[in-house]
Amino acid sequence: MASRGHISFLRRGKIVAHNLPNPMQTVLDYLRLKEKSKGTKEGCNEGDCGACTVVLGELRDGKLVYAPVNACILLVAQLQGKELVTVDDLAEKGVLHPVQQAMVDLHGSQCGFCTPGFVMSLFALYHQQGVVTRQRVVDQIAGNLCRCTGYRPIIDAALKACGNKTDDAWTERQMQTMALLTTINDGADVFAGDENGFVAMPRSAESLLSLVQHHPDAVIVGGATDVGLWITKQMRGLPKIILTGGAEELHVVVDKGDHLSIGAAATYAEAYAALAALAPDIGEVMRRIGSVQVRNSGTVGGNIANGSPIGDMPPLLIALDAELVLRSVRGERHMALEDYFLAYGKQDRQPGELVWSIKVPKLGPSQVFRAYKISKRFDQDISAVMAAFCFEIAGGEITSARVAFGGMAGTPQRAATCEAALVGVDVANEHSWQNAVAALGMDFAPLSDMRASAAYRLETAENLLRKALFEIADQGQHATRVLNAGMT
Amino acid sequence: MVGLTTIGKPISHDSAELHVQGTAPYIDDLREPEETLHVVPGFAAKGACGKISLLDLEAVRAAPGVIAVLTAGDIPGLNDCSASIGGDPILADGEIKFHGQVIFAVVATSRDAARRAVRLARIEIATTTPAISVDDAVEMQTEDVVPAYAFKRGEVTTALKKASHVARSELLIGGQEHFYLEGQIALVIPTEQRGLLVHSSTQHPTEVQHCVARMLAIADALVTCECRRMGGGFGGKESQAAQWACLAALAVHVTGRPAKCRLDRDDDMIMTGKRHDFRVKSEYGFDDTGRLSAVDVEFLARCGCSADLSQGVNDRTMFHADNAYYYPELSITSRRLFTNTVSNTAFRGFGGPQGMVFAERMMEEIAIALGLDALDVRKRNLYGRGRDITPYGQKVEDNIALEVISTLEKTSDYRKRRRAVDKFNKANRFLKKGVSLTPVKFGVSFTVPQMNQAGALVHVYADGSVQVNHGGTEMGQGLYIKVAQVVAEEFGLPLDRVRITATTTDKVPNTSPTAASSGSDLNGMAAKNAAIEIKSRLLAHLAKSWNVAPAKIRFEGGEIRCGAKSMSFAALAKQAHGNRISLSSTGYYATPKLHWDRPRAEGRPFFYFAYGAACAEVVIDTLTGESRVLRADLLHDVGRSLNPAIDMGQIEGAFVQGMGWLTNEELVFDAEGKLRTHAPSTYKIPCASDVPEDFRVALYESRGNKEDTIYRSKAVGEPPLMLAIAVWTAILNAIASLKPRQVPDLQAPATPENIMRAVKSMAAS
Repeated sequence: MASRGHISFLRRGKIVAHNLPNPMQTVLDYLRLKEKSKGTKEGCNEGDCGACTVVLGELRDGKLVYAPVNACILLVAQLQGKELVTVDDLAEKGVLHPVQQAMVDLHGSQCGFCTPGFVMSLFALYHQQGVVTRQRVVDQIAGNLCRCTGYRPIIDAALKACGNKTDDAWTERQMQTMALLTTINDGADVFAGDENGFVAMPRSAESLLSLVQHHPDAVIVGGATDVGLWITKQMRGLPKIILTGGAEELHVVVDKGDHLSIGAAATYAEAYAALAALAPDIGEVMRRIGSVQVRNSGTVGGNIANGSPIGDMPPLLIALDAELVLRSVRGERHMALEDYFLAYGKQDRQPGELVWSIKVPKLGPSQVFRAYKISKRFDQDISAVMAAFCFEIAGGEITSARVAFGGMAGTPQRAATCEAALVGVDVANEHSWQNAVAALGMDFAPLSDMRASAAYRLETAENLLRKALFEIADQGQHATRVLNAGMT
Repeated sequence: MVGLTTIGKPISHDSAELHVQGTAPYIDDLREPEETLHVVPGFAAKGACGKISLLDLEAVRAAPGVIAVLTAGDIPGLNDCSASIGGDPILADGEIKFHGQVIFAVVATSRDAARRAVRLARIEIATTTPAISVDDAVEMQTEDVVPAYAFKRGEVTTALKKASHVARSELLIGGQEHFYLEGQIALVIPTEQRGLLVHSSTQHPTEVQHCVARMLAIADALVTCECRRMGGGFGGKESQAAQWACLAALAVHVTGRPAKCRLDRDDDMIMTGKRHDFRVKSEYGFDDTGRLSAVDVEFLARCGCSADLSQGVNDRTMFHADNAYYYPELSITSRRLFTNTVSNTAFRGFGGPQGMVFAERMMEEIAIALGLDALDVRKRNLYGRGRDITPYGQKVEDNIALEVISTLEKTSDYRKRRRAVDKFNKANRFLKKGVSLTPVKFGVSFTVPQMNQAGALVHVYADGSVQVNHGGTEMGQGLYIKVAQVVAEEFGLPLDRVRITATTTDKVPNTSPTAASSGSDLNGMAAKNAAIEIKSRLLAHLAKSWNVAPAKIRFEGGEIRCGAKSMSFAALAKQAHGNRISLSSTGYYATPKLHWDRPRAEGRPFFYFAYGAACAEVVIDTLTGESRVLRADLLHDVGRSLNPAIDMGQIEGAFVQGMGWLTNEELVFDAEGKLRTHAPSTYKIPCASDVPEDFRVALYESRGNKEDTIYRSKAVGEPPLMLAIAVWTAILNAIASLKPRQVPDLQAPATPENIMRAVKSMAAS
């Protein structure tokens, strides 16, 4: 396949060819410093406040979809093949977009600095299908921080604008937009720079693997929700950047009957529906990972590949007995996901090798799954403790157990002693839980940091096991989670 | 209100349409003048205090794009940007007092180049043991940043001995990061004859002007400081904006080119002050009904490494240690401790919230100890007839606390929900609910009387359009629109004829900060006085030309009318100008009735009090410490609202900000004095889902402020923040359900970990 030295993206109805003179440039800097569009704001420069939210339009399964992302940690190269929509674009000839008008009418702005980001998140919501409920709104704006309003008027504005939708200019133009997007998604590999310094977006598995083979020292980037901070906060120089997101094969999420296969470049958003269908708690945890913006960029594979001890996906997937597939030009390697994490900062990935896909077994009829994410704030926070439990139960007795935690060690980790102690536990008999609960103290010696103390982490881990067992025994008779405790 | 056309209307924020389009310019959005340089401050990677033993900036100077590197030696005048008695060097000179203190600043051709260069510095600190916490400061006997202070009444020790019940408690209250969405920023442009135009995101343009002038040893008149809008302030840009303006101004001084200093978010959080955190020690006596007879409380505040505004902040803690309650005999003492942490500063409520958290915790404790409902205990302790003198000698003359509480008690269905909560708690093992209804009484005025003054400048142009300018700054709170409403009302003009202009020291000089909730009280009145002055000239002219009494002439709907005679405001302006009548005036206002003798701790520091009440219902998980606000009912007194939409926004926003302070928001410093929570990834302000779905907010139906304020309104910026205390006391109440008659050891903020600690404290004893 042909290769070219520039990316193409769509901006205000026109194709922009950009030759990426600075491979590390973020979309936010591109907008503010190059294009001189000042509507998009920098609040934190790390993807946590949403002031820089922009919307990317792209073709997905033949449809045009609009997804909000954080421009501050998005590389310009990632715009390849997409339409970039910013707050500067929404009003047409002085007429506000319905989401803008609702924000004005319902007093959704005070200082106004976060407002462009909210407007863009709501613009994307406006373009989604289905009934917009309050819960959908707060999920949509979980990644947009406002320090002035207390959010109530913004939530109301979203409900008002999305409650009575009419076609906006984007909907009216969608056929043209789709045609243009098709044009710029020509399948050509992008390679901007030279052998010593480049940003590349291979468009096929083959060219991706070959490039990684040639440049084992390159940084492999999924959604850049982590690597973006190396650039904006650590000021690291990344001479060679290989983006995985251009290879369609790596986005594929397939139901293989008894298991799911998730391509490493599938974003959380792309993998959500299939994973959430496995167990309600998976969906609930994923709803709370990062924000909509982060989940639109960030990838499940990246969350594994970077080996973070506090990523939320690995404990979930380890408890589900997921298998990791690594690939290089030499071939494939398969391993139990937990075996990939060798030690803090060290993973079992060899030069030239890529995290390729994850095989996630579906739960059997005798398996019960529970997962809990504990953090200071419910939405868009990094877990102090992340717990996932998968119990095989026969006749009220646990016959085997997989227990995995995040935030409890230098890597996502299984609790081997606890798992052993769980075998034979009578779920209905609280006294029989004790050994397994106590065993967690043997499995883990967590650290203290700004998120929680070691003592809290261990105690909470123990209590979460208790909670899981209580919930299973209780069969939903009592409210056990504050998020659905309901009104008195 | 009868007869008013603009005042009292729910008018949108003046910039709302710009906000939503991203076209409201903040300083970083302004078109940079040619050759603008970028300034990035640098600090030592290690060390909280000690002499600077090595400062090697060679690699910094040699880095690409670097034009200059600023150090203390470059400052021609005073190296201090303190808002009070000094101690805040713009650039550290020989030693540092906290981790993150600015030692040098890079000036480069791009911000990116400056940020890369700043990391190349080699700095070593001959570190001495830092005092990080309040407890460290007490133990190490550091010298307080300002002297201790006390309010006393009666013989508290004797009274405590006589009391039928005595309780002792200790409480830790955490600080708070402002997290304004727009970080600190200044853009400084050289003007002729050594002059400077400073664009600063500041609540206090006058102070920025003065700091810059002092630093460069030039006259104040050479420096103009302007601020059109801030992307949030919350007190964090009252004194904390000056340093960045000074650094940019110093860069201009050294290079002769325009310079901008915009802090990265992490630097901002590390380098700028926060809400004070406290240890509160108290002992109080009460009778069988829960009524207090004596209160002895000591507030120990972490002030950080300098005085900054800590005197005023801690005084206000003392002024609000009573909240709405009468303490017959009392001792309220306060120490302002030096620590090797960033100097703590103003934050919405200015120390008041911490005093009130103490008071409300005390109410909960009394109720728990006696097995009473905390609301009954609160009502029994309110100020009332013969019990109306505050600890600082001011008589409470406008008390509506009981009416506000009682109204909310009914509208929130408090009693019924209390029973439902008890029932839920009996039926559920791990989840527990709590409900609490707390009042707010907040004193309005700067407690330094001389700060209670304001100026305005109003121009009427010959086409009848109007410009208004005043000393107050816009940080999102809607001050500009409120003042514009005042001026439009006075001239009987539609609001779109009144142009609001940026706050700038060359139009209105010697201003007070926009703080202490005083913005519309002070500047609204000043602008009104300016408009009245112009109007009186127009009236005198018309009275003569129409031969009628001035009192019979009406300004309304853009018209001037008297009987059958009428003319447009525009025509009148043109005519007046033709008749050589000045169409421009300053206006001035000084708050009446204030006097405060601080050494004797008596007088009237506050013009009036603002009241409110909140009822919060929460659920906690006793296995994880997670909590959730299920419902919040707020009732708040704004007198007669100038703009109910703006006021509602202030109330809701303040409540959520206060809720964050008392629940999720936790500042963590490590033993070396490094702030570990210096980004939104680790410091968690509330997000949309934290706001209770059932959120009922209402303005109290007021007969108007008893005092003669602008259209009888009341200040609204800070008071509603303290409504959020109900969330914290409701969490306390939920934990208390675990064991009768035992007070949970709950600290603030009620993070999951702190809730778990309190839950365990119930099992332990």
